[in-house]
Amino acid sequence: MKSLTELKAIKQKVTEVPDYKIVVGMATCGIAAGANPVFKELKRIADEKKLSNVDIQITGCIGICRLEPIVEVYTAKGERYTYVKVDAEKAQDIIQKHIIEGKPCTDYLICDDGEACIKNIQETKSFKKQIRIALRNCGNINPENIDEYIKNDGYFALGKVLTEMKPAEVIQLLLDSGLRGRGGAGFPTGLKWKFAAAAQNEQKYVCCNADEGDPGAFMDRSVLEGDPHSILEAMAIAGYAIGSDQGFIYVRAEYPVAVKRLNLAIKQAKEYGLLGNNIFGTDFSFDIELRLGAGAFVCGEETALMTSIEGKRGEPRPRPPFPANKGLFGKPTILNNVETFANIPVIINKGADWFNKIGTEKSKGTKVFAVGGKINNTGLIEIPMGMTLREVIYEIGGGIPNGKAFKAAQTGGPSGGCIPAEHLDVAIDYDNLIAIGSMMGSGGLIVMDEDNCMVDIAHFFLGFTVDESCGKCPPCRIGTHRMLEMLEKITAGKGEDKDIEKLERLAYSIKEAALCGLGQTAPNPVLSTLRYFKDEYKAHIYQKTCPAGVCKNLLSYNIDAEKCIGCGLCARNCPANAITGVVKSPYTIDKDKCIKCGVCMEKCKFGAIYKK
Amino acid sequence: MNLLNVTIDGIKVQVPEGTSVLDAAKLANVDIPTLCYLKDINEIGACRMCLVDVGGRALQAACVYPCSEGLKVITNSPKIRDIRKATLELILSHHDRSCLTCIRNQNCELQALADKLNVRDIPFDGAPKGLPIDNISKSIVRDNNKCVLCRRCTSICNNIQTVGAINVMERGYETVVSTTDHRSIADVNCVNCGQCINVCPVGAIYEKDNTQAVWDAIKDPDKYVVIQTAPSVRAGIGEEFGYPIGTPVTGKMVGAIKKMGFDKVFDTDTAADLTIMEEGTELLTRIKTGGKLPLITSCSPGWIKFCEHEFPEFLDNLSTCKSPQQMFGALIKSYYAEKNNIDPSKIFVVAVMPCTAKKFESDREEMFNDVDVSITSRELARMIREAGIDFRSVEEAQFDNPLGEATGAGVIFGATGGVMEAALRTVYYILEGKRINEEALMPIRGTEGIKEATLKVAGMDVNVCAASGLGNARKVLNMVKNGEKNYHFIEIMACPGGCVNGGGQPIVPASIRNKIDIRAERAKALYSEDKRATYRNSDENPFIQKFYKEYAGEPGSHKAHELLHTHYQKREKHLKNK
Repeated sequence: MKSLTELKAIKQKVTEVPDYKIVVGMATCGIAAGANPVFKELKRIADEKKLSNVDIQITGCIGICRLEPIVEVYTAKGERYTYVKVDAEKAQDIIQKHIIEGKPCTDYLICDDGEACIKNIQETKSFKKQIRIALRNCGNINPENIDEYIKNDGYFALGKVLTEMKPAEVIQLLLDSGLRGRGGAGFPTGLKWKFAAAAQNEQKYVCCNADEGDPGAFMDRSVLEGDPHSILEAMAIAGYAIGSDQGFIYVRAEYPVAVKRLNLAIKQAKEYGLLGNNIFGTDFSFDIELRLGAGAFVCGEETALMTSIEGKRGEPRPRPPFPANKGLFGKPTILNNVETFANIPVIINKGADWFNKIGTEKSKGTKVFAVGGKINNTGLIEIPMGMTLREVIYEIGGGIPNGKAFKAAQTGGPSGGCIPAEHLDVAIDYDNLIAIGSMMGSGGLIVMDEDNCMVDIAHFFLGFTVDESCGKCPPCRIGTHRMLEMLEKITAGKGEDKDIEKLERLAYSIKEAALCGLGQTAPNPVLSTLRYFKDEYKAHIYQKTCPAGVCKNLLSYNIDAEKCIGCGLCARNCPANAITGVVKSPYTIDKDKCIKCGVCMEKCKFGAIYKK
Repeated sequence: MNLLNVTIDGIKVQVPEGTSVLDAAKLANVDIPTLCYLKDINEIGACRMCLVDVGGRALQAACVYPCSEGLKVITNSPKIRDIRKATLELILSHHDRSCLTCIRNQNCELQALADKLNVRDIPFDGAPKGLPIDNISKSIVRDNNKCVLCRRCTSICNNIQTVGAINVMERGYETVVSTTDHRSIADVNCVNCGQCINVCPVGAIYEKDNTQAVWDAIKDPDKYVVIQTAPSVRAGIGEEFGYPIGTPVTGKMVGAIKKMGFDKVFDTDTAADLTIMEEGTELLTRIKTGGKLPLITSCSPGWIKFCEHEFPEFLDNLSTCKSPQQMFGALIKSYYAEKNNIDPSKIFVVAVMPCTAKKFESDREEMFNDVDVSITSRELARMIREAGIDFRSVEEAQFDNPLGEATGAGVIFGATGGVMEAALRTVYYILEGKRINEEALMPIRGTEGIKEATLKVAGMDVNVCAASGLGNARKVLNMVKNGEKNYHFIEIMACPGGCVNGGGQPIVPASIRNKIDIRAERAKALYSEDKRATYRNSDENPFIQKFYKEYAGEPGSHKAHELLHTHYQKREKHLKNK
């Protein structure tokens, strides 16, 4: 690639428009749901029927996990149809009815929350509330074809930067845009680049943090699988801005599809001269290599990630020195998260002012969330900063299943905290979330309903960080483990007076004393549940009950004598022979024998068994 | 150099750029507690005991936080004290607190810290670790139940010694210091240098204790028990009895040992003189006959094992001379036994060494059990205490003869460059017929890790090098390999600073190590003995002269070879999979 003109030629190259373009969502989520056989079946039938006017392609994830596999049909007239939960049989119907007979299969189209089926995803309520910047190409282009990226303005930002802007201007533009790091901490991206640009060194590095590790988070995976070139382009822009010729993408090995598509994208970009020497005929050269993480959460921490790239045990190191001065291999380094990078080409193309208008005063742009847990529409969403949690959960997310009541939402993964119902109307941005004891984090959003025990939830998240602690500093290595032991004690009904105070002292000590972000934030799930749900802790400790009915050791199963007709079904199904009685009179449960499996409650046809 | 103005707890100090808050605090006489920190060896900010408030959003580890102009530091506040204490309580909660029977009882940095921070309760106690104790090695015992994961041992093993026998493994609560596949330290490339022991703040790594075997031998009326003490022992053992670092206590030490019931108390230095005669001759022969050069010294068994694992291509460069410990054993069980009509099988030779690798060495099959037990300076001190001997009031005594006669050359074996200097004193004399001007030898004195000199001897430029610490040995050997350096004679000591800082020497806590160079202080004790010695050249030793005349003929003779020389074996560099 010698010039922008060449790039424009690729963008404008007229290709024959097929009558029908069929795309199959084939990110990991789609593949896991069965997209492969669907794709093969579509191909097979198209071949069998010798359909020459049909182009069948793959694409990334559009974000509606619960409806995968998703097949979309684009007509030459510009119509779009979104078929959901497609299997091989439905695929045959789609070809036969929609493509051959020209009648869309309305039964398979996407519906809007129980209402009549509509044509395509863009018309759904949840999609209309979203703004897609980082996810702009996910589910829309073929991630394995660089031309499709270029046709969607890909690499034009790099071209513009290299041919029209000075490095300092690029950094200023980013500063003006107000973009903050999407990996969790929200540090201004432009400032990070400015520091690294100011550092004097022959060798500097650009790193991309693609070691997404929060439980339930898959924002970065989606971008890597659906739009890998946007990351490469943004890294090259970063290289130009700070004066680096080498980039590394640290991607977790558990993302094989992302790794494959990144490798392919790097190969294609090199073939086009968009990576390598003298890009766009300038004297700027940039290369990117992948480094695969071996499954350690802590390697998402910037200094641990760099230590791991250096080939050492992935452990954080104290800062200062900060990576901008002394990072990878001791050289000035910037590290940005996948989503941060994904925003950058658009910001360059559309300008800082455009980006600046989206979001809140201190948090600009959009944020991608992976929404999961007790919510109807699980999946990936991208919302403007400032939207309320209520809008996210009830309008985009479709509310809580089975009419249950919302209890809390966990943001920021295991490092974050829970947000209770009283804060449902807080506008989501970096600072507001911190203020209410949680954090933006990388974008995991887990919804909990009335059936979740918050002590149990704290135990779950803390268990994760305990497993993932690197073991370097005692507060995290030992402290989080001790906290977990205390939570185990409390959920087992063995909590004692002063346990809450002990937990709090330990939590604050760890927060202050731990070496890295992982340890410093590890107590957050406990602190935030203590902040909003202390009564649940007290109930466990003092009343020896679990209000949500989750902690097994604190439950007992009982038979309501008024409702029991004495059929004996429960007793026959009890695996522990804990239920006895005389037919036609109320049965009783021997609590010493009961193993709290809940089978009796399931089997009882009269609702006579309850737990408390 | 740019000076920075910083304030520590309201006290203003000026420090050069690059100074850590911890060092600046020392200037202000402010004491910040530390645990993992060991100057120049382990500066990783891991243990969090030295957290201070530097005005930023999070507390920072003083040991690694660099001072900046105008920095204001608070080291002592209720919050900081509570956080340090909580962190220490956590460490203690995951530590086998059997202090009473611990090898480091009363010499434990964790114990001292717990007292200093006024910890009287472990509010978050946990279950015992229940980890196995690795006591298979001849030299080193590892007890991870005591380990506080400060990583001083792994730092010194990997970064200073470049051996890499131990490292941090597993993660989180399960993190341990361990070896490849969690094997015994005896089954990996550990060279037994024991530097890990010297830096361990607690009782997680220690020498294999052989004191009972010594007591048993003394008790046995059929045994003729002979003890030899290495040069560096006298320069260090005083510390165990409250003497300042670097106090030579030869007379006291001999006096104390004589109260323990040995049949003879001899000086390893005599054997050191013998080593010089043999090694000097070997050097001359190799130079004259075009033999393999550079000749590399072989007194340090840690270095020998390192060479066998890492540089087998240099095995032919090693001097074939046994180490003084082993020459001594061989001498006692042959020449001495014969002269005194003692059945060699009844002789029990105890060696006191500043060294843990000597235990492994004495057990090598090439050494024929000439030395029955090798104990460290620390073990000797323990035995002296156990026997109720008041070291400080013991009357000074002299080594027994004939193997108590030694020269200053033998004494300086304990310091890096000492073997080289001793050899050159004699070699120069043999070739030039006169004594060397000591000034010419100054470049190879001192605690520098790598020292070089070129000496004019008999019209020839002799290039010599002395390296101490295995990381430095690696550097030197790589330079020789690449042809960057061309030496005739290299002295290598496994331990940084030489035997005075050996893995068997009294343990000096970090609080002192961070302030003074113990290597230099102990070496001074040896050089002062050398200065006072009647004879300062190995060739002048009357016993050695007699030994050759009566028994071995001349240095390098067939008989000398049979008795005083050995061979080496290549060992795996990368351990094979189990």
